[in-house]
Amino acid sequence: MRVLVLAEHDNITLKTQTLNAVAAAAVLGQADVLVVGSACHAVAEAAGRVQGVARVLYCDDARYEHALAESISPALVSLAPQYDALMAAATTTGKNIMPRVAAALDVQQISDICAVVSHDTFKRPIYAGNAIATVQSLDAKKVITVRTTAFEAAPASGGKAELVSLAAVDAPKLSTFVSQKLTHSARPELTSARVIVSGGRGMGSGENFALLEAVADQLNAAIGASRAAVDAGFAPNDYQVGQTGKVVAPELYIAVGISGAIQHLAGMKDSRVIVAINSDAEAPIFKIADYGLVADLFVVLPELAQALEQ
Amino acid sequence: MKILVAVKRVVDYNVKIRVRADGSGVETAGVKMSMNPFDEIAVEQAVRLKEAGLADDIVAVSIGPAQAVETIRSALAMGADRGVHIECDTMLEPLAVAKLLAAMVTREKPDLVLLGKQAIDDDANQTGQMLAQLLGWGQGTFASKLTVQGGAAEVTREIDGGLETLRLNLPAVVTADLRLNDPRYATLPNIMKAKKKPIDTLNAQDLGVDIRPRLTVLSVEEPPTRKAGQIVPDVATLVAKLKTEAKVI
Repeated sequence: MRVLVLAEHDNITLKTQTLNAVAAAAVLGQADVLVVGSACHAVAEAAGRVQGVARVLYCDDARYEHALAESISPALVSLAPQYDALMAAATTTGKNIMPRVAAALDVQQISDICAVVSHDTFKRPIYAGNAIATVQSLDAKKVITVRTTAFEAAPASGGKAELVSLAAVDAPKLSTFVSQKLTHSARPELTSARVIVSGGRGMGSGENFALLEAVADQLNAAIGASRAAVDAGFAPNDYQVGQTGKVVAPELYIAVGISGAIQHLAGMKDSRVIVAINSDAEAPIFKIADYGLVADLFVVLPELAQALEQ
Repeated sequence: MKILVAVKRVVDYNVKIRVRADGSGVETAGVKMSMNPFDEIAVEQAVRLKEAGLADDIVAVSIGPAQAVETIRSALAMGADRGVHIECDTMLEPLAVAKLLAAMVTREKPDLVLLGKQAIDDDANQTGQMLAQLLGWGQGTFASKLTVQGGAAEVTREIDGGLETLRLNLPAVVTADLRLNDPRYATLPNIMKAKKKPIDTLNAQDLGVDIRPRLTVLSVEEPPTRKAGQIVPDVATLVAKLKTEAKVI
């Protein structure tokens, strides 16, 4: 099978989620990567170094600066005849663009696959990950988004793919970029961090997230949050882990002041080791945690930061 | 301005779902059903636009079995003006739903279609985007803010790195994320009033849309379960165990 993977990037760097999508594509067959952007040559070169990538198709035009679904999807659709499957990571970018591509091709997309069973059969989580469906696609062409935590990233170096430049594809102008407000952090990215320290409603305030920061500093960890904490304004929206936020599976997930609603567990229960710190011994989070500490987080977080420093 | 809102009847978000023993799916018989929470947010947004004097007609559409009428009534009780029930007893996939909604848009000619960003049963997150493509419209997905002015909508979207704001030419499709608003509870007088609001009934076949499934569900199984671990007495023990037992730090 020939698979085209849409690269996720910011015109400067190739996002690591692309590497997970390439790994999923490699299970199906030969993977090419499509880089659509503006002044994004560095991204195309990075994609060319990813192991397992045969060709990098590279479409550089000012109109692609902001990854608008309305402008990117026609580029994918125009290449579809050459491929058996079109794929992207199930990030907010992939989720935004791929269903448009699927509808244009009259294909029923398969969202968020967590396993490839065969060339037409895939596993995917439903009901916030409380059930796993195995679905077989009857469409000749597949349009797929990939749950990145389910596929180990393809190595970012060692590959030597051919770079092919393509002309931009016309699309009606239906939307215009106005502005963006990105969260800047020196910490590792949530979806690729080895360790995540996450706070919930129990943190009490945004200021108290500083207690999590002190622990995260010792572990080079990313900071996450439950929906309740984000809704309460303790943390920005892009920190949210859960069914509708980010799905993560780090080596170590430390849940602090998080009760463990189904919707939150959906986003983190595939972590290798889970630690829960909560003053409520009955909190559901303890049912899935490897290590639980029933304690006042305001007492134990400083202790933990100190213990890790030693 | 006319707004079409799509609402889906799903297993209530508080229900702990049960996978059928024969692997044929998730048990829905005798289970509490409600409006998809994201669709509730979409309805609320439509009603707020009407209250702000920006919309004058809100049509709530639901596709599904006879009970989908209850979901439409919920939208009417929140403030939608009328309902359309597209009867269908089989499970529909997002592409088929998008095609049915596109046919409804051709009939109703709304300026804005609002939907939830995903349904909490199949978690597909596709219908709004597919509908926008089928109509040749712009889309504002995962919206946490929406303003409408002079033939355009400005949508702030929740994206992985933070927030992004787009301007869409109307008509357009907007899908609601969690923080767009807090949906109201319907009051008793409004629930009573909703009973008198009109609901048209159509059949999926009436709309001339091919809704045959493209996916075969081969099986549905429980995810691998995690065993509850151990409660540790203090921070020192926790750190020691993470180092020597879990070998993760």
